[in-house]
Amino acid sequence: MSLLVKDKQVVVPGDVLADDLGFIPGFGTYRNNNNLMCSRLGIVNMEGKVIKVIPLSGRYLPRRNDVVIGRVFDILMMGWRININSPYSAVLSSKETQDFIEKNEDLSRYFDLDDHLVCKVTNVTSQNLVDVTVREQGLRKLRGGRIIHVNTHKVPRIIGKKGSMVSMIKQATNCRIIVGQNGLIWIDGEPEKENIAVEAIRKIEDESHIPGLTERMKTHLEGITGVKLVFDEGDYNGLQ
Amino acid sequence: MDYNKRVDGRDFDELRPIEAKVGVIKKADGSAFFKMGNTVAYAAVYGPREMFPKFMQDPKRGVLRCNYNMMPFSGAGERVRPGPSRRSKEISAVTTNALVSVVDLNDFPNAVVDVYIELSQTDAGSRCCGINAAAMALADAGIAMKDMVAAVAVGFAGNKIVVDLNYEEEHLPDYVEGLDNKDVADIPVAMIPSTGEISLLQMDGIVDKEIIIGALNKAKSAIAQVSKVQREALKEKFASQIVNGNGDDENAAGAGN
Repeated sequence: MSLLVKDKQVVVPGDVLADDLGFIPGFGTYRNNNNLMCSRLGIVNMEGKVIKVIPLSGRYLPRRNDVVIGRVFDILMMGWRININSPYSAVLSSKETQDFIEKNEDLSRYFDLDDHLVCKVTNVTSQNLVDVTVREQGLRKLRGGRIIHVNTHKVPRIIGKKGSMVSMIKQATNCRIIVGQNGLIWIDGEPEKENIAVEAIRKIEDESHIPGLTERMKTHLEGITGVKLVFDEGDYNGLQ
Repeated sequence: MDYNKRVDGRDFDELRPIEAKVGVIKKADGSAFFKMGNTVAYAAVYGPREMFPKFMQDPKRGVLRCNYNMMPFSGAGERVRPGPSRRSKEISAVTTNALVSVVDLNDFPNAVVDVYIELSQTDAGSRCCGINAAAMALADAGIAMKDMVAAVAVGFAGNKIVVDLNYEEEHLPDYVEGLDNKDVADIPVAMIPSTGEISLLQMDGIVDKEIIIGALNKAKSAIAQVSKVQREALKEKFASQIVNGNGDDENAAGAGN
């Protein structure tokens, strides 16, 4: 039984990860005769006998219950079409808003073109038709603030375990921050503080693979803002 | 007279110097630069994204669409007219066919992956160079592929099997006087290295069956070298991510999928 790669190693499509049947192919891998091959550019992750490849790049594919930030780019008869930074656009039905909307009403009174929304994916079909809703607490139109784009595959690191990383940035900068699973992040606060938050997020994006990220970010943020940070794993629902 | 020393002094199965780099175009989802001798190709990948025109969408799987283009100043002599021509359309089509067998776009119905290949300097072997750059750019864009594709031109010139022809060799009788055998053949080959399957095979010139077989065998080892360069270039972009010991597991909530 022989494994040809190390855990956390960068692999490219076509690399042979293992050359016998003792390992189980996970995401980003496939079996070719006796060989376990890589099919994505990414980092090897071993969990017991399961080998998977965590991708480093690629577009966002919507999944149910993801909180995403989208931009209205078309108004339909019964709703809005929303760009969610993915190969597929999402539809927000006029029935999925917090207000009651009459038939034939002018929908741009609620959400106009180029408005940004935080919304939640309610359904994704096999043909990747996406439905979203703003009918839950915290889902709404975004007013003010700024939006930055990050690599979708780094979003889990920016959120941190149970939201610990964002809540740390929020504490340090006093900004309101919403991280969309699709790689859009909304930040609203004092302009200088916003800059600090953006810088911190970029730092996480660049250094997410180096061990001790949380500690490093803590010292980094404390050094800049002088705020004493409490490490906090709250109940994270994607918003707060 | 026989052809004993190659025009540029290489061995008969030696490749031109190769240079490769990934992530050269910032706004693209994936990009790559590939240089073989004096041939330079840039490839940019956009997508998967919504496909237009809509009638070209495929509801079963995503579509791969390659576009090969020589820049106006890229040739050795006259200005090359850019944009679609009989030649560039054909090369776009064979490039698409060479790459489509490795990419897996089943997760992206109705979408398209666009690959734009731009040649800024050409000296024979441009379609091979384009395929090499495109394969790297596709991997960089995070598209699922069963393997990379590597390509190289082999051929027959001055009664010898040659690997990776340059412009002079493709027109050898014009450059070397008194050759006994004036036949020249140019055979671009693209292969999937892990299986040895051929995804592009074209031929231009006059050649015997035995010579084609000999040339293809030489192509196989040349392609292994090209493939190695491609892989190393891709890994180099993310070199900093090869970390000794463990990554930051504590924050890996929902990492991957």
